[in-house]
Amino acid sequence: MLAKRIIPCLDIKDGRTVKGVNFVDLRDAGDPVELAEIYSQEGADELVFLDISATEQKRKTLADLVYRVAKKVNIPFTVGGGISSIEDVDILLHNGADKVSINSSAVKNPQLINDLAAKFGSQCIVVAIDAKQIDGEWIVHLVGGKVPTERKLFEWAKEVEKRGAGEILFTSMDHDGTKNGFANKALSKLSKELNIPIIASGGAGNMQHFTDTFKDGMADAALAASVFHFKEIKIETLKTNLQVNGIPVRLKKEL
Amino acid sequence: MKIVIINYGAGNIQSIKFAIQRLGYEAILSNDIEEIKAADKVIFPGVGEASSAMSKLLESGLQTCIVELKQPVLGICLGMQLMCNSTEEGNTKGLGIFDVNVIRYSNKVKVPQIGWNQIANLKSDLFEGVSENEHIYSVHSYYAPLCDNTIAECNYEVDYSAALQKNNFYGTQFHPEKSSEVGQLILRNFLNI
Repeated sequence: MLAKRIIPCLDIKDGRTVKGVNFVDLRDAGDPVELAEIYSQEGADELVFLDISATEQKRKTLADLVYRVAKKVNIPFTVGGGISSIEDVDILLHNGADKVSINSSAVKNPQLINDLAAKFGSQCIVVAIDAKQIDGEWIVHLVGGKVPTERKLFEWAKEVEKRGAGEILFTSMDHDGTKNGFANKALSKLSKELNIPIIASGGAGNMQHFTDTFKDGMADAALAASVFHFKEIKIETLKTNLQVNGIPVRLKKEL
Repeated sequence: MKIVIINYGAGNIQSIKFAIQRLGYEAILSNDIEEIKAADKVIFPGVGEASSAMSKLLESGLQTCIVELKQPVLGICLGMQLMCNSTEEGNTKGLGIFDVNVIRYSNKVKVPQIGWNQIANLKSDLFEGVSENEHIYSVHSYYAPLCDNTIAECNYEVDYSAALQKNNFYGTQFHPEKSSEVGQLILRNFLNI
């Protein structure tokens, strides 16, 4: 059976891992490569590296970091942050990234999704969508949730799928940093209306939240940062807990 | 041991190179027919779209080289699919090593299948020491149905071939280089054949 995935997200700024509350107020949580290895050993199913400084500072790639991670880590990982061209993606995949995640650049130039899917295959194109509710409507936001757009979440998600995205990483800005659980209503709607995997992001605070997002939110994967970085939840414990709750997970065995 | 990863411009080959390094060997990336023929082990990777990957193989004349290889050959993901008779993706004719036609998942399941699934009915030296129902990592929209060459099964919508073998040719739909310790063991087994 296909397992539900647990994905620690490493927000990167200046080559270090950071995680902010509601994307502001950054705290330092260690060396990305070291952290990646630890998570891999603890049973993380995938890793995501997001250069959160990239969009604002126009920083291009994380090629060097990608290379160092690929050398050490034997699970898949996704890289995002400031990716806006075929060349950007080419360099990252070439250095050992399995997937790339695009966000603002896809909203500004949706054709980029088609171009990347055609060139590299849908399987390595993740489209990240940050959204929050304004007057009861989910509105897509840019620049780490600071800038609202004209786009509505569900319409945009469907367009993104049609254009060839292989996966959607949906972050609810209303839930991110609150530790009150994931945006399960919106997530289950995405899962019902789309036919590509959905990664839930934003709001993880305790282990029950993960069970809820897989059951009620119908998510295929759940992403979190601070609860893992600050050791509030151990991945091994989380996965055992999920299994007890009837969620299919990959438990690491000693070979 | 001389290990060659066929470099025909498809896929994330850096990860395979690193995985082999972690096992204590060095692999060479090459599209040189003589160098491939002289290798002890050949890895045929592939990520991307089938018809364009196949035309790259045809352009470089690698298709005849691959089918004539006598040493152990491991096709990974799209590499494995191209070793089959055909694939629905881009209506592509394959190398015809494995006697099966690759087809697409229906829309009853999410496509692509992304993530960790379990392999069972393991029937090859490739899986020496690997337990039934271990998790492996795959990303794919097309699959090889079960056939006489199936040496490992997996289930997503249907039971399908997670791995194939015919004589010296091996293929895995999943990515051993990304499948944690289990994947490392499968790669090590291949290098030990």
